[in-house]
Amino acid sequence: MLSMQNFGDNGKMKDYHYTGPVEHRFSPYAFNGGTVLAVAGEDFAIVASDTRLSEGYSIHSRDSPKCYKLTDTTVIGCSGFHGDCLTLTKIIDARLKMYKHSNNKTMTSGAIAAMLSTILYSRRFFPYYVYNIIGGLDEEGKGAVYSFDPVGSYQRDTYKAGGSASAMLQPLLDNQIGFKNMEGVQHVPLTKDKAVQLVKDVFISAAERDVYTGDALRICIITKEGINEQTLPLRKD
Amino acid sequence: MALQDICNFQDIFVDSSTTECPSALLGKKTGCNYVSALPFQNSTSLFNFRIPLAEYLDESPTQFGQISTSQDHSTALLQESTISCFPLPLSPPPAASSQAVPLPFPMSHGTTTLAFAFQGGVLAAADTRSSCSGLVACPASQKILPIHSHLVSTTSGTSADCALWKRILSRELRLYQLRHRRQLSTGGAAKLLSHMLHPFKGTKLCVAATLCGWDGGEVDGGHGTGGAQADLGGCMKTCGPRLFYVCSDGTRLQGTLFSVGSGSPYAYSILDQGVKWGLTVDEATSIAREAVYRATHRDAYSGNNVDIYHITSTGWTRRNREDLKEEYYREKERKERKMRLDMA
Repeated sequence: MLSMQNFGDNGKMKDYHYTGPVEHRFSPYAFNGGTVLAVAGEDFAIVASDTRLSEGYSIHSRDSPKCYKLTDTTVIGCSGFHGDCLTLTKIIDARLKMYKHSNNKTMTSGAIAAMLSTILYSRRFFPYYVYNIIGGLDEEGKGAVYSFDPVGSYQRDTYKAGGSASAMLQPLLDNQIGFKNMEGVQHVPLTKDKAVQLVKDVFISAAERDVYTGDALRICIITKEGINEQTLPLRKD
Repeated sequence: MALQDICNFQDIFVDSSTTECPSALLGKKTGCNYVSALPFQNSTSLFNFRIPLAEYLDESPTQFGQISTSQDHSTALLQESTISCFPLPLSPPPAASSQAVPLPFPMSHGTTTLAFAFQGGVLAAADTRSSCSGLVACPASQKILPIHSHLVSTTSGTSADCALWKRILSRELRLYQLRHRRQLSTGGAAKLLSHMLHPFKGTKLCVAATLCGWDGGEVDGGHGTGGAQADLGGCMKTCGPRLFYVCSDGTRLQGTLFSVGSGSPYAYSILDQGVKWGLTVDEATSIAREAVYRATHRDAYSGNNVDIYHITSTGWTRRNREDLKEEYYREKERKERKMRLDMA
């Protein structure tokens, strides 16, 4: 595993300058790339992620989706450091089981979000390097999206993009779903089919411009009937 | 008592290091056992915060990432995993020992919040932008968090820290109210928060909060609020609007006007000019709005909307969130109109 010293803030390689002898410390973090996106509608929620697992200039896997199913109504998308993503999802699964056994009911999306916030904060001084987005249906059956930062600050949103291409995707979503920065446009509520098409278009754009996003797109559509998964190929270069 | 059983709380006068706690904690299979929270075992203050420790958390948060040089590190872990509430040995402060793990990502920072007290209560205002070293992580975050019906807290610093400490403070204040059958004063809440943050002094925790509240007299009716004119001298000492600033480096200050955050110098200039004790509610609201608006104009890390909360003897009320983008256009129009009038 290459040391983080070679990389800049979000995993992109720094220019090579000779500055004299440099001490290379072992860094427990690595950046594995990937983008996650979630959109909440009136009675549905969509969580989508690309499936590329990269590190530096290499690709470890082209089939490593970043959405994990938690319950019948909740899916979580985790991007960042893959090791922490795996551990975090294992811990969440274990806590879901414990809750189910003590309280005899499944955790709701809001409850999972609050629990994840405390799990992340318990590692405040050695954080999980994971950007999480939870998508699901709340108790009333409406779509809900909860977005997190690596140390547990969260809030409920209508849409959110996280991961390496988040800075490119978030403004596009603000414009198309939030109707921001547009004048004289009618605010049409988002239908499920239009949302799925938008997510596909958005990821195709992201794969064009972000090197860490590509290979394939996994979409999980959550409705009261259940979770429907679709896979769509993206650029492989 | 029932509440203590459910929450696994010991009596605050019992020392947490007695051996009865391990069996009590492990014996109870309540849902609360699995609540993950920060341990406060090494605090010896009077307020003994017995918080149930999740089984997988076997190190104090201030010790995470510290490269431990002690030989018995593995044995210490073994002990701690079996007895989850065993008080951890008092460790040297993290800053003095080995370096913390360097983080590969920045935390959310940057804000403008302000609060001031006047004859009509306390007014708290804040912007809503959460930035993360150059990227706006959230344009609609909430920086003023209500704690209970008569106490509101403006937060500045790392958003995760502020959100969590506000939750912890709300819980502790509620427990205090249940145990002692009275509401803790704003100064008391500020002292509580300050003491809770003290063990983390020197770490990267960053919380700068202003607690705005109204003390006393809210339920009693005539005593505190009605006949206040004649009784003003004695009443002012125990009831009325209160404002405290608490910081994670240990500061705790009482005052009548505070502004916190990267945009605070700009806000202070507007507030110092206009804030007086005798303001009406509308005047105070417009000054607060103006101060946040000017600060967002000049400070890159503040922006988007403005939230205003007003706390009186009957509790807090919230004004509708207002987008400051519109204000810029209105201001531009006003300037154009003025220029036209000047030229005419």
